[in-house]
Amino acid sequence: MIGDPVSRVDGRLKVTGAARYSAEWPIDNLAYGVIVQSTVAKGMITAFDTEHARSSPGVVAVYTADNAPALPDKGRAAMKPPAGRELSLLQDRAVRYNGEPIGLVVAEKFEQATHAASLVRAQYESHTPLIDMQSALPSAYPYKPNINGSFPPATQRGDLAAGLAAADARIDATFTAPIETHNSMEPHNTIAQWDGDQLTLYDSTQFVYGVKRFIAKIFGIPEANVRVISHFTGGAFGSKGAPWSHVVLAAMAARALNRPVKVVLTRKQMFGLVGARPHTVQHLKLGARKDGTLTAMEHRSISSTSSFEEWVEPVTLATRLMYACSNQQTAHELVRLDVGTPTFNRGPGESSGIFALESAMDELAVKLAMDPIELRLRNYAERDPESGLEWSSKSLRQCYSLGAERFGWSRRRAEPRSVRDGDAFVGIGMSSATYPARRAPASALARLMPDGMIVVQAATHELGTGTYTIMTQIAADALGVPIERVRFELGDTRLPENPISAGSLTAQSTGTAVHLAAVALHDKIAAMRGDVTTIVSARDLVTRGGGQPIEARADAKPGDEQKAFSMHSFGAIFAEVRVDASLGTVKLSRMLGAYGVGRILNPKTARSQMIGGMIYGLGMTLTEDTLLDARTGRYLNADLAEYLVPVNADIPEIDVMFMDERDPQTNPLGTKGIGEIGCVGVTAAIANAVYNATGVRVRDLPITLDKILGHTSFAD
Amino acid sequence: MDDPNRREFIGTVVTTALASVLAPGTARADAASPHSPPGAPPPTLTPPPDIPVALTVNGTTVRLTLDPRTTLLDALRESMHLTGSKKGCDHGQCGACTVHLNGRRVLACLTLAVMAQDQPVTTIEGLARGDTLHPMQQAFIDRDGLQCGYCTPGQIMSAVALLNEPCGPADDDVRECMSGNICRCGAYPNIVAAVQDVRTATARG
Ligand code: FES
Ligand code: FES
Repeated sequence: MIGDPVSRVDGRLKVTGAARYSAEWPIDNLAYGVIVQSTVAKGMITAFDTEHARSSPGVVAVYTADNAPALPDKGRAAMKPPAGRELSLLQDRAVRYNGEPIGLVVAEKFEQATHAASLVRAQYESHTPLIDMQSALPSAYPYKPNINGSFPPATQRGDLAAGLAAADARIDATFTAPIETHNSMEPHNTIAQWDGDQLTLYDSTQFVYGVKRFIAKIFGIPEANVRVISHFTGGAFGSKGAPWSHVVLAAMAARALNRPVKVVLTRKQMFGLVGARPHTVQHLKLGARKDGTLTAMEHRSISSTSSFEEWVEPVTLATRLMYACSNQQTAHELVRLDVGTPTFNRGPGESSGIFALESAMDELAVKLAMDPIELRLRNYAERDPESGLEWSSKSLRQCYSLGAERFGWSRRRAEPRSVRDGDAFVGIGMSSATYPARRAPASALARLMPDGMIVVQAATHELGTGTYTIMTQIAADALGVPIERVRFELGDTRLPENPISAGSLTAQSTGTAVHLAAVALHDKIAAMRGDVTTIVSARDLVTRGGGQPIEARADAKPGDEQKAFSMHSFGAIFAEVRVDASLGTVKLSRMLGAYGVGRILNPKTARSQMIGGMIYGLGMTLTEDTLLDARTGRYLNADLAEYLVPVNADIPEIDVMFMDERDPQTNPLGTKGIGEIGCVGVTAAIANAVYNATGVRVRDLPITLDKILGHTSFAD
Repeated sequence: MDDPNRREFIGTVVTTALASVLAPGTARADAASPHSPPGAPPPTLTPPPDIPVALTVNGTTVRLTLDPRTTLLDALRESMHLTGSKKGCDHGQCGACTVHLNGRRVLACLTLAVMAQDQPVTTIEGLARGDTLHPMQQAFIDRDGLQCGYCTPGQIMSAVALLNEPCGPADDDVRECMSGNICRCGAYPNIVAAVQDVRTATARG
C-alpha cells in the first residue's frame, strides 16, 4: 500500500505502446497544421507571400496576420503574469524573436503541410536585435512584482555592510548559466476539435484546467464549452505548464475550417516557442568568521526575459532560508533580450540559485580550511531565518551525515589534485539542496462501481511522475483493498478540478484530495454496514443500494498550518568526478542524493524521480547550452544532436537515500512533494568536485573542457 | 575568414547531393532556401503524386496509398494508427522511433515507408505474445525503466535488438549500446538494470 515499492500501474500500457499521448488520438477527418516561423528576431512583417503555399497540393488553408481569424482583445485576453503567455497568435505583424510563429499552414497530410510551410515567404523591416546576455547586462533593471505572486523580489535583514566588515574571510564571485531548454521527449502537441460551439482539446499539458480557462478567455467563450483531455504527457519539466501559441493556433484553425486540426511542434520549434530556463548572472558575497559562522550574505541575480514579457527566475529564494545568517540582502533584476519568453524549468530558481550559493560556500570552506559539511553545519538553520517560523520538518542534518557516511566523504582529500587514477584527477564535492513543500486546493471523487471496482477521479496529470500509481496506492490504502481493485482516472476537465502538476504540488495536493475522498467513501460504506474487501461483497453492496455507484467527493484545501510553519524539502548531494589530466574532460563517476522530502508514497517510483532529477541536473552542469547567434537571434543548436542532453553513457551509478520523515504539518499523508528537488544541488556538487579534482573553479555553466584546460591551475 | 571559393564549392556539392537524392521532379529544389534573403521567391517544386505502398508490420500486410515522402514512422503513426513508435525529433537523433526492420533496429523517422516494403517490420505493438509480455517489457516494468513512457517503446526495441548484437557484457557496454535512445526523464540506470536482467536470464536460460 502506501510506502510499498509497487511497480507502475500504467507500466503495461507504456511498455506495449498502448498509452495514448495527446497527438495519438484517432480522429476522423483530421487536418495537419504546421507552424511557419519568422527568420528575423526583431521588426515588422511588411508583406507575406503565401501564393505558392496556397496552391501547393493538399493545402487547406494558410493563416498569417493577413487573414487569421480575429481574436478578442487581439489575443491578449488571457495574458496574466507570471509566465504570462503573451502568445504569437497572428493578430499583428510584429516580430519579437527569431523563430516566432508567423503563420500556420493546414493541409490534408503532414507531409503536404510541412512542405507548404516551407513555401511561405515574409518580408521584414528588421532591426538589430539584442541577443547576447553579457552585452545586455548594463540594461538590467530591478524586478518589482512579487515573485510567483507571493515572495518579495528583494529582501533585507540585518546589516549587510556591518556583517561584511566583521568577517574574517570573504567571498565575492559571479556565477553564470546559459539558457537551458527543457526538451521533453514528447514534443508539444494539440489536437483541436469543435463540435458546434464546444471545443475539445487533446493537449500535452501539465494543467488541463489551466488550458481550459486560458483558451476560453482567449476565444471569449464560456469555460463550460471547453474540454481538455491529457491522459499521458511525454515529459514536461515546466514547459507544458501553460498553453503556448500552438494550442490556440490549432483551435483557431479548427474553428475556421470546421474540422479537427492537429499541430505537433518539431524539435526545432521547441527552442524559443515554449519557454526555457533563462540566462542567469549571479553575484554572491559571503562573509564569515574564522570558525565558519556566516556574518553576511548577499545574493543578486540578473536573469534574462523576453522583450515582451517579464518572467523572473526566482533565483535567490533558497538563499533566504538556507543558513542562519542575520545579515542578508537578496535581489532580482531582469534584462530584456529579443528571445522567446522563459518559463519554469525543473527546480526553477533553486537549481540555478543553489549552484551559486553552494559553490560559494565551497569556496568559503577552502578559504577557511574547513570541511565543507562542517561549514554548513556551523550555519545550520534551526528555524526559517527569513520568516522566523519553525520548520514543519527538516532532516538535513541526517542527510549530511548519513549521505557522507554512505558516500565515503571521510576519504576525501581537501587538497585539490591530490588524487590521481591513471589519466584522471579524481575529486569529490557536495552541495545542499532545498525546495519548497507547497500545496494547493484539489478535489477528488471516489466511486464504488457496480462491477465492484473503485474508480477514483481527479483532473491531475501523468508526466512520468507516477501519478497513476501513487494515487491508486493512496486510495487503496484508505479503503483497505488491493490496488488491483482501484482504477485512477486523470487528465480530463470533466473530472474534479486539480492544480497544475508542477512545483512538486501533486502528491501533496491531489494526494490529499484522493486520500480524503477514499476515506469518505470508506466511511460511507461503513455506515451502510457494507464490506468492499472482496469484489463479490462490493458488487452486492452496490446492488443492495439500487445499482447506482456509491460515491464520495472531497475538496481539500491547505489551512492555517501553512502560515504557522515553514515547509521545505531538503537534501545533500555528493558527486565524484574524474577529470582527464590531458583533455580536461569531466566524467561523473558516482553520485548520491540523500533527501528529507517527507513521507515516501512509493520508494520505487520516488527513487526514479530523484535519479531523473539528478540526471537533469547533470545535463545543466556539464553539457546543456542553448546557443544563439548574437547577430540574428537564430537558435544555433536547436536539435538533439547539438543540444546535448545526457545520454545513457553519461550516467554512472546513482544512489538515493530517503530520510525517515513524515511531515506532521504539510497534509494528512505527511508528504512534501519530490518532483523538483532532485535537480537541485547537482550542479554545485559537481562543480565542487571538479575543483577538488583539479583546483579549477568553474563558475560558468556548463563545465566544458575549455574552461578547465584553459585555466592556469590546470597546467600539468 | 572563409575562402569564398571553398564556400562555393561546398555549396555546389550540397546542392548536387540534394538534387540527386530527391525524387524526379524535385531537381529545381533550392538547397539554400531556408537562408534565402527575405522576400526571395520560394523554390518551385512539384510534389510527386501518391503511390501505393505495402507494409508488413507485426506479421500483417497492409496496403496504403502514401505521399512518397512519408516516413515509416509517420506511416505507422498517422496511417496505421500504430502510435507505439514515438516521434521525438524526426531527425534520427533521439531513438524514440526505433523499430525492427528484418530483426535489426532502425530509426523509423529516417526510413521512408517505401524503403520498408518487402521487409518485416516489428513495432512495440508486436513484441508481446498475446497477454504475455516480452521479457524485456516485463523487465522495464520490474526495474522501473520508464517514467513518462515516451521514450520507452524505442528503448525497448533497441534493448531487444541489442540481445542479438555484439554488445559487451559490462554495464558500461550496455550504456554505450543504448546511448542512441535519449530519455529526458532520466530512467537510464533502471534501463541498464532491465537490459542486464534479461541478458543474464537469457544466458542462463
Ligand atoms: S524520432 Fe526518430 S530518432 Fe528521434
Ligand atoms: S521515460 Fe520519459 S523520456 Fe524516457
